Amino acid sequence: MSAVSHSLEHGHHAHQPSGLMRWITTTNHKDIGSMYLIFSFIMFLSGGVMALTIRAELFAPGLQVVQPEFFNQLTTMHGLVMVFGAIMPAFVGFANWQIPLMIGASDMAFARMNNWSFWLLPPAALLLLGSFFVPGGATAAGWTLYAPLSVQMGMGMDLTIFAVHIMGISSIMGAINIVVTILNMRAPGMTLMKMPLFCWTWLITAYLLIAVMPVLAGAVTMILTDRHFGTSFFNAAGGGDPVLYQHVFWFFGHPEVYIMILPAFGIVSQVIPTFARKPLFGYASMVYATASIAILSFTVWAHHMFTTGLPAAGQLFFMYATMLIAVPTGVKVFNWVATMWRGSMTFETPMLFSVGFLFVFTMGGFTGLICAIAPIDIQLQDTYYVVAHFHYVLVAGSLFALFSGAYYWLPKWTGHMYDEKLGKIHFWCSIVFFNITFFPMHFLGLAGMPRRIPDYNPMFADFNLMASIGAFGFGFSQLIFLAVVVKCIRGGERAAAKPWEGAEGLEWTVPSPAPYHTFEEPPVVK
Amino acid sequence: MNTAARALENRRLLVRLAIAAVGMFGFGFLLVPFYNTICEVTGINRLMKADAQAANTQVDTGRRLTIEFDANAHAVPWRFVPQQGSRSVHPGELVRVDYVLENTTDKAIVGQAIPSYGPQLAGQYVKKLDCFCFQQQTLAPHERRVMPVVFVIDPSLPAEVNTVTLSYTFFAIEGAAPAPASGGAQG
Repeated sequence: MSAVSHSLEHGHHAHQPSGLMRWITTTNHKDIGSMYLIFSFIMFLSGGVMALTIRAELFAPGLQVVQPEFFNQLTTMHGLVMVFGAIMPAFVGFANWQIPLMIGASDMAFARMNNWSFWLLPPAALLLLGSFFVPGGATAAGWTLYAPLSVQMGMGMDLTIFAVHIMGISSIMGAINIVVTILNMRAPGMTLMKMPLFCWTWLITAYLLIAVMPVLAGAVTMILTDRHFGTSFFNAAGGGDPVLYQHVFWFFGHPEVYIMILPAFGIVSQVIPTFARKPLFGYASMVYATASIAILSFTVWAHHMFTTGLPAAGQLFFMYATMLIAVPTGVKVFNWVATMWRGSMTFETPMLFSVGFLFVFTMGGFTGLICAIAPIDIQLQDTYYVVAHFHYVLVAGSLFALFSGAYYWLPKWTGHMYDEKLGKIHFWCSIVFFNITFFPMHFLGLAGMPRRIPDYNPMFADFNLMASIGAFGFGFSQLIFLAVVVKCIRGGERAAAKPWEGAEGLEWTVPSPAPYHTFEEPPVVK
Repeated sequence: MNTAARALENRRLLVRLAIAAVGMFGFGFLLVPFYNTICEVTGINRLMKADAQAANTQVDTGRRLTIEFDANAHAVPWRFVPQQGSRSVHPGELVRVDYVLENTTDKAIVGQAIPSYGPQLAGQYVKKLDCFCFQQQTLAPHERRVMPVVFVIDPSLPAEVNTVTLSYTFFAIEGAAPAPASGGAQG
């Protein structure tokens, strides 16, 4: 058998095209994972440039840098690019690299479909970014693409709709692949309840993706037919209702925010036990908490719509349902803290990012609870308080977890240790500048500064100045990460198969860097 | 498990998940009638239907309200005005007001009026028995039409509301074929 697999391996290499064609035709989960990660980092930088342009305009009251129309395009595209181009593909990249290694599979279940899932993304990104250059510019309806604005926009909106369609198809194919891989491809002995938590959170996320990405596709299809084919889903004059769009969108949109955070929970649940040198506290409760967050996420969508004239009974239902989500989330935070309790902790960069995540994400969770209270939300709706809240959970939550995971697995991916000193500088710059940027936004929101407006009352000037300085610091800090990764790929201290003393799991049983083909013979898990 | 059996098993799961995804795409569209039904049943959004007439409405002669009438045409070349700007009424009293609608162009246009209320909460207390806004209106070139709204203000309207604004906006319905000139619902 070993002779057979040996010759098979040679066969693989003989047919392996080199150069660019290797990347275009690859079906290897590690290649595809790397491409996802590189793509998402490029999109992260593009979205970041938009964010910095926004902050440059908001540096002082009055209009200095961009015109209001362009400002609206920037806020819209920043959101779309970061959500669909940066955060989601980055997690799929982690899934591609890590899930087969963690469950002892040789590759993803559908390797060719995997290639397709990735290669749909660059055209979608081109459509999205290219829409800046069509007449009328990119869509400026906000990342939520609310009707009736989105029904009225120029052709940039059509390009965005197609981009969302393509990215949706890519996500659904990726999600199906992950579900099948996790359910059918596990090594003998790897029962579901023995899986690393990262696989569990991705399994649940993949189900969420399959359930809600098609609903978003439906919503933007309705916008498209309203725009060009004479239907009136959202057109009041034709018997439609713009509020209907918000219901359909947030039916997708709320599970979507958990799609962006559950894999982050998974990464943190791998990193904290490693550096606390203790097994994860309450593994089973983590699995159940993840599943209940996912189920509850379908019952809370209208908390984004407290000001749309929802009846009081509806407001109360969605308010209590939203607060209920704090319970499983609280279980998770408790378990992470309990994992660290009396552990032999060391603070390498992955651990720093995970502990930073825990601290700052929890703050974002608390402001989320405040926003969940209907009477308070009616005050805070569409103010900078909301902007602060979702950046605390998306940047300090999802993004910090992504950094944590990247530092954690870089030695496995590249075969070299990253520069620990630079990594720590990256962490401290990120967390300090992050808070300088977003903490003042709470005060701005409480004082009533509306979001998505290029100009503001001079009374908001000081906090905006502070936020803009922080934003530029945060943006440029990310170049440190780029430097660390490039340096790590090029060379550095050789990484052992298991570079972290306390790490557990199958991925640490293969050499570093992980060979092109791993687990062709499934390992046996006891 | 051998490779062929596993491939078959994988494909079977793929098909099931793909069906689920297609089903959810359909579910997105199913949310439209679902939403309309919920709004209908709970009475949240009854723009196009007459309200049930109270059998015996008590007129609250001890209280006076000012009803202001407003009319707008949104991107449709029609002249649209109420025949009176405002009126003083008692809650529970049957009120009839006429609106004048005129097509100023040389072609037939189909439009739909959408009501809105100020303050917003007053909307649920304006009980309409008849309204031109219940149907689409087709106006022949230069046709002029006088159309009534008949309504009762529910006496349970909160006491702090003294003025209610009833505003209509006409929207052109693009793509709707104008009915022959003799057509057009008389509201």
